Amino acid sequence: MLIKKSPDLRYSDVTPKSLYLNRRKFLAGVPAAFLAGSELLSPSRRAVAATTKLQTVKSSLTTTGEKINDKQDVTTYNNYYEFGTGKDEPSQLAPPRLKTSPWTVSIEGDCAKPRKISIEEILKVAPLEERVYRHRCVEAWSIVVPWIGYSLSTLLKQAEPTPKAKFVAFETLYDQKAMLSPLQAGIPLPYVEGLRMDEAMHPLTLLCVGMYGETLPSQDGAPVRLVIPWKYGFKSIKSIVKIKFVGSQPPATWNEYAGNEYGFYSNVNPHRSHPRWSQAKERRLGEFGRRDTLMFNGYGDQVASLYNGMDLMKYY
Amino acid sequence: MKKPRASKVLIFALSLVPVFWLGWRAYNGRLTANPIEFITHFTGDWTLRFLVFTLAITPLRKILHRPKLIQYRRMIGLFALFYASLHFLTYLVVDKFFDWNEILTDIGKRTYITLGFTALVILVALGITSTAGWIRRMGGRRWNRLHRLIYAAIALGVVHYYWSVKSDVRDPIFYGFLAAVLLGYRGVVWASDRRKRVAASTLRKSPEPAVR
Repeated sequence: MLIKKSPDLRYSDVTPKSLYLNRRKFLAGVPAAFLAGSELLSPSRRAVAATTKLQTVKSSLTTTGEKINDKQDVTTYNNYYEFGTGKDEPSQLAPPRLKTSPWTVSIEGDCAKPRKISIEEILKVAPLEERVYRHRCVEAWSIVVPWIGYSLSTLLKQAEPTPKAKFVAFETLYDQKAMLSPLQAGIPLPYVEGLRMDEAMHPLTLLCVGMYGETLPSQDGAPVRLVIPWKYGFKSIKSIVKIKFVGSQPPATWNEYAGNEYGFYSNVNPHRSHPRWSQAKERRLGEFGRRDTLMFNGYGDQVASLYNGMDLMKYY
Repeated sequence: MKKPRASKVLIFALSLVPVFWLGWRAYNGRLTANPIEFITHFTGDWTLRFLVFTLAITPLRKILHRPKLIQYRRMIGLFALFYASLHFLTYLVVDKFFDWNEILTDIGKRTYITLGFTALVILVALGITSTAGWIRRMGGRRWNRLHRLIYAAIALGVVHYYWSVKSDVRDPIFYGFLAAVLLGYRGVVWASDRRKRVAASTLRKSPEPAVR
């Protein structure tokens, strides 16, 4: 058996004589120094280790009967084009570069109570729920993740949207110094997304602040993102800085980039192929073969009624 | 049997390094969260690289005055076929698991797969006819003309790559640039040869003897 031996004391560990002599005065200053020190240390530590534990309650909206993916997969295989277009790049580049504190989200547009809300306040709007959802990427892979957050509707209702509000527009942080240029990313930036009002207000639409019992890692969209389980992953916008109530359909990044490939709705639909690949099947990360993709990613019972009378081949 | 040259053995071994690298990563569980996608991209990248190497031989022979480089061309070209086959087998066996229905739909309907498959068919044909026996049977001229299909193969490969990516086209553009340089070189050589041929034939046809 290997017994770890603590290293011997080095000379540098010896308390300086001046400190020793003034030790009572020194001790009096310790609490203040500790506070200042932790303040100084915390940004870098936050940048690297990043996540902290979150207290959650169980949710009735959690998806049961699915094997949850390894956290390792969910945190190293990411699409976050602002930090690189390869799957492995965001986990390397986002943690040191994405500054998530301080963080405020501006809620604006057609509402009675527009406001700027800090991430600390967002965490206190409602009890944080753990919700397991299937998450299906438009690239035909999928994961099952225990997200943490609460229904977006809770936050939206506080702003009291007016009847003029028909859609909600969302915007991701764009920090030119920390992120790729639109040319490098290949898509226009800042990243924007949008939902119809009823989609945004649907209880399944999660305002997400964490996963796997902790706050969100940078590459997964820290500090606050959406998770809309019945839509392709790119609709679940990351690192949100702006939420705006608007009267008409807002632009959405991938839709603007290639409208024939990525629709505004982008509901998971096995019958509607992407022009370049089939959407009938998907690879669940960690599994060998492909499994059938489910209509609305299996959430049809809850959300199909939102699209009654709509031709989903046309409004893809 | 003739003993192969040491340099050929070396190039053969070097050409296999990517496969061993892939195996090493697999052994260490470093194929990312989506290993099948990783292997597909890895073997696809190396197919394009070996096509570039193959097409670089002729310009390098001329520019470096090393005509003997020709002795490596077939082997390097066959390695392009080798990596293309691994690429296709990954798709066929591991990705789609012989789901012929879906594979045929892919090949017929998804343009980038149609192009990639066409490039593979070309490489197989060139691989089969790469032996000395086939050169003899076909005759040098016809064989050469057939093997110019490698130009089409690399162009199809680049477009196949370009159309398969979502938005970041920097890598496909890079291979497109290399292919354009290598094919452009041949275009320039062909045009200047043609000018010489035309000049020579008008010289022959002229009734007056050329001034000496």
